[in-house]
Amino acid sequence: MAEKSQAVATIEAVWRMEAARVVATLARYTGDLGLAEELAQDALVAALEQWPAEGVPARPGGWLTAVGKRRAVDYFRRAETLRRKVGELGRELEMDGQGYEIDLDALDSDAAIDDDLLRLVFTACHPVLSAEARVALTLRVLGGLSTPEIARAFLISESTAAQRIVRAKRTLADAGIVFEAPDGAERRRRLESVLEVVYLIFNEGYAATAGDDWLRPGLCEEALRLGRVLVGLMPDEPEVHALVALMEIQDSRRHARTDPDGEPVLLLDQDRAKWDWSQIERGLKALARADEAFAARADGDTRSGDRPTEPGAYHLQAALAACHARARNAEATDWRLIADLYDRLVQQTRSPVVELNRAVAVGMAEGPAAGLEVTDALVGLRAMQGYHLLPSVRGDLLVRLGRHTEARSEFERAAELTANTRERALLLARAAACDASAAESES
Amino acid sequence: MPKFMVIMPGDTQSEAGIIPPPELFAEMNAYNDELTKAGVLLTAEGLKPTSAGARVRFDDDERRTVIDGPFTESKEIIAGYWMLQASSLEEVLEWVKRAPLSGGVTLQVRPLYEMDDFGPEFNAKLREAEQQLRE
Repeated sequence: MAEKSQAVATIEAVWRMEAARVVATLARYTGDLGLAEELAQDALVAALEQWPAEGVPARPGGWLTAVGKRRAVDYFRRAETLRRKVGELGRELEMDGQGYEIDLDALDSDAAIDDDLLRLVFTACHPVLSAEARVALTLRVLGGLSTPEIARAFLISESTAAQRIVRAKRTLADAGIVFEAPDGAERRRRLESVLEVVYLIFNEGYAATAGDDWLRPGLCEEALRLGRVLVGLMPDEPEVHALVALMEIQDSRRHARTDPDGEPVLLLDQDRAKWDWSQIERGLKALARADEAFAARADGDTRSGDRPTEPGAYHLQAALAACHARARNAEATDWRLIADLYDRLVQQTRSPVVELNRAVAVGMAEGPAAGLEVTDALVGLRAMQGYHLLPSVRGDLLVRLGRHTEARSEFERAAELTANTRERALLLARAAACDASAAESES
Repeated sequence: MPKFMVIMPGDTQSEAGIIPPPELFAEMNAYNDELTKAGVLLTAEGLKPTSAGARVRFDDDERRTVIDGPFTESKEIIAGYWMLQASSLEEVLEWVKRAPLSGGVTLQVRPLYEMDDFGPEFNAKLREAEQQLRE
């Protein structure tokens, strides 16, 4: 790693802490997220020039925002068409009685900044943007990550990462997206897009931890940090708490989910002593807060008029993750509850993959015949034709029913469908084992 | 992302079990709130006086001696701690500097060892050793 001066390291740290608030405040002043982000970068450059000599100011966030605002005035002065805006901004700054001087005491209140942050969240995660654009922009403006950091995290070149951000900003501008946080039903709809971004970041990191890539920064932790920020901004939203709970509990298994050779270990085979129990505790607490927020909304929220009767998809998934986390060993798993939660999740997602998970849980709770019956309905579905886990699960259930010949053809079919060579070998071995068992039961 | 323990030392007040006045309490709550909203706070806990606790001394392979509190003769008493997670030591130091404290109180900031600090080879060996212990 390159040697960095202490001052630069401190400035980078302060930037990580303040970037979102600075960009958010500037975006409200200018009404333009793209411009705000550039002004904030200018302020960062100014900090890098001045702080090493003059020291870090008492309120670094305020300093950065004030410099950004000054640059905004300069920018609007230059832009002929926006003269009117200059007037407004100039007056606002001059009303402080300080001209363009920085008056740290006249800065926005924390509550006002929180409102701006919320607008920033909803704008950076606007559905008009592609998922990858939302992810890059969110990490940049909300997470305070630099372009090289984003590039490294997603294994893309720096120019690709920079382009994604530039294009995202242009898309927002072209679509005339107002820097606003939506209310009511619109907020609930748009919140899905926000949570999706955070969970995408988490899953990108989660998929990467299976590999041995030490260079990739911790995207799981980045996502968790973003999730916690969202909780602070929207403490009444059950799904926000639920997403944090889900991520905490999934991430708690990080050190148990691969063996020393880097091969994945299935949930039920994991050594639970390697789970991070303090993280599980945080996850369960977050789930409890999700429950509280849901209960409050279900029986209290008359303002918005819509009382939810059923928890959201993240809430159900978090409850599922918690079921496993609460079981001290695999045998103690409450499969009946898991089957029930999957049932409710299927109602919302209509996903055959979730239904397949339900079949596994039913197979554990009520026996292999009941599980197999659930999978029967999936066999004819076009969406499941190429999905190797369906015959693989059916093979498992058939083995438990002693129907080895049928199990064998399911495993063979699964082996044909999987793209993973190691998995194919495993499935073929299971098929061969069925032969042996079938021969044994006949003799 | 590294984790850090920030350790708050005890003093005669904390040892006497005196709970800080409401305004100090409120200030600390506001600070913890700020940490929570920034996504860096994992936990924050306060410890009861040493008189409520005990020490266990390991004299040799077999003999253990339990010594009841208080143990005010110890130089460093811990009155509380935060667990923080942030991008760097520098970031944590910036957060810690914002704590509503004064009067020469000195907080300790200590990074935690992570699995990754030991490298993949060490992990494999460690797991092997653990496995043998289990068998």
